[in-house]
Amino acid sequence: MKPNKNGYYGKFGGAYIPEMLYPNVKNLNENYLKIINSDSFQKDFKSLLKDYVGRPSPLYFAERLSKKYDTQVYLKREDLNHTGAHKINNTIGQILLAQELGKKRIIAETGAGQHGVATATVCALMGLECIVYMGEVDIERQAPNVARMKMLGAEVRPAKSGSRTLKDATNEAIRDWIAHPIDTHYIIGSVVGPHPYPDMVALFQSVISEEMKWQLQEHVGRENPDAIIACVGGGSNAAGAFYHYLEDEKVRLIAVEAAGLGIDSGESAATSVLGSEGVIHGSRTLLMQTDDGQIIEPYSISAGLDYPGIGPLHAHLIKTERAEVFSATDQEALQAGYLLSKIEGIIPALESAHALAALEMAKFRKDDVVVVNLSGRGDKDLATYIAHLP
Amino acid sequence: MKRLKKIFNQKPKNILNIYFTAGYPNRDDLVEIGLALEKNGVDILEIGIPYSDPLADGPTIQASSQQALKNGMNVRLLFTQVAELRKQSEIPIILMGNFNQVMQYGENQFFRKCAEVGVDGVILPDMPTYVYEEQFKELFEELDLGITFLVAPQTEPERLKKMDELTRGFVYVVSSAAITGGTGGVSDSQEAYFKRITGYDWHHPTLIGFGIKDHQSFAKACAYANGAIIGSAFIRALEGSTNLGQTINEFVGSIKKEKK
Repeated sequence: MKPNKNGYYGKFGGAYIPEMLYPNVKNLNENYLKIINSDSFQKDFKSLLKDYVGRPSPLYFAERLSKKYDTQVYLKREDLNHTGAHKINNTIGQILLAQELGKKRIIAETGAGQHGVATATVCALMGLECIVYMGEVDIERQAPNVARMKMLGAEVRPAKSGSRTLKDATNEAIRDWIAHPIDTHYIIGSVVGPHPYPDMVALFQSVISEEMKWQLQEHVGRENPDAIIACVGGGSNAAGAFYHYLEDEKVRLIAVEAAGLGIDSGESAATSVLGSEGVIHGSRTLLMQTDDGQIIEPYSISAGLDYPGIGPLHAHLIKTERAEVFSATDQEALQAGYLLSKIEGIIPALESAHALAALEMAKFRKDDVVVVNLSGRGDKDLATYIAHLP
Repeated sequence: MKRLKKIFNQKPKNILNIYFTAGYPNRDDLVEIGLALEKNGVDILEIGIPYSDPLADGPTIQASSQQALKNGMNVRLLFTQVAELRKQSEIPIILMGNFNQVMQYGENQFFRKCAEVGVDGVILPDMPTYVYEEQFKELFEELDLGITFLVAPQTEPERLKKMDELTRGFVYVVSSAAITGGTGGVSDSQEAYFKRITGYDWHHPTLIGFGIKDHQSFAKACAYANGAIIGSAFIRALEGSTNLGQTINEFVGSIKKEKK
């Protein structure tokens, strides 16, 4: 599914940016498809994904989990990628693009630090200067990833404005980009931001569903599963897992949002339920806001889902009912994480645990093939898991 | 928009446009600040609608917005206060905000309300030009409401032309690749850019903003445009003021007059 010429999926998307960013975004918009579709880019991209990231990531039939839910559950193992999550698919793509555009300086935002680490990693690989904006609050609660980014040679700049979390880190990165219009490329970590970012990031992540097609063919003799489940904060892993099945209405697309302490608790990040149409970070989409249009700070136990907006592609899929939405609370995600650890020997990232929690909620038939996108590994969340052990 | 036209007709040079955030330093200061600025010879008021997540604002204006929101400022209250100010003053008033706030109010209702309470023009830096052209251009003409588009150092000539064509009122010339509140004054490379801008055959007056903070930078900007916009420096002056009238008198005096 491609956005229209102004970057809209239905009524969501576009580029709502101040004039200072216009030339940069236009330059990107005029060149990204040309560059990405070139043979030399594809060659470099594929070879790095294979030899550096470790792709293809396995599609694993989770037998004991399948037995428990009485359906056929497959896990797409993005947790086995280099740096531990799907995020690196996008940063590899964007760093190659930045080089092609002649950019010398890379900036990024990060919440939990996974995208920051993935960006710092590719900057180290390519020898480019890297500055990662991270909310002051997140710097405190994600110390290991901060240390990792520094070891990789990145500068971690605290975002001290607003609520000092992911949305503020994104604001700061955009402000930096405004101040450095010539030499800097901004590597956005999700399918958010002004057009062409949502489309570009979805393209880089689409390798997930591209692999799923032939992997399913090998496993079950058909390319299409009956359902795909993915968690959604901004929505990059879901965009990648859904991408090649968007046009096939027979494949159920299930997006799982973070309900935090509960949808009605006031401490939640379930944007599609609690949000309304508006503009955030340059994109017209669904976001959590007051009647006066002030953005509401979201909450989730998972720092990667703790975002007040949602990518415009997902807003469109949800509003047109192409995708189903479930929301999982902190507790439901934790339980799903403990369960997978115990019966499959895989500790999932808390984000991915939200996707797993949907197995409790959605109804599947016994012979349904259900793919859960296991977007990341849980090493970074050990302290949280341990603190909440039952 | 007639007030805007009038001021540019009367005074083609050295227009002083002062920005302040509605609801700052106190929720209900707007009328007092507006009147004091007018009394001290400011030509245009640019009133910022405080926003939780502004992209192009520097730390000073961000902090004033945060404070204003804490004070309980909102769009509805802002319209009430502007209507009150309009009863007592004929100074041109521009509202500056983010498109999301306008969307939540309802775009058409927002623009109609602007006209109703005596707002002369709006600046919505993140509203795409095609959105304006396709959805609101006719309404602005019907309401005789002004709209200001921004141009920046990297804006290409073709786009300058488009911004000039779409603008109603004045064009906002962003002085440098930066967010608001830069303290560097006006550098040589900026002067080169200003010269380029001056060389363009504008159909509308131009005001230079971002980084204009004192008499010197104001005078430099005025050499290349019809005037300039001062925001962050004024907000800094308001911060901690115990006597708004006196603070404003001193601040505007320092901008307009050569320091001895």
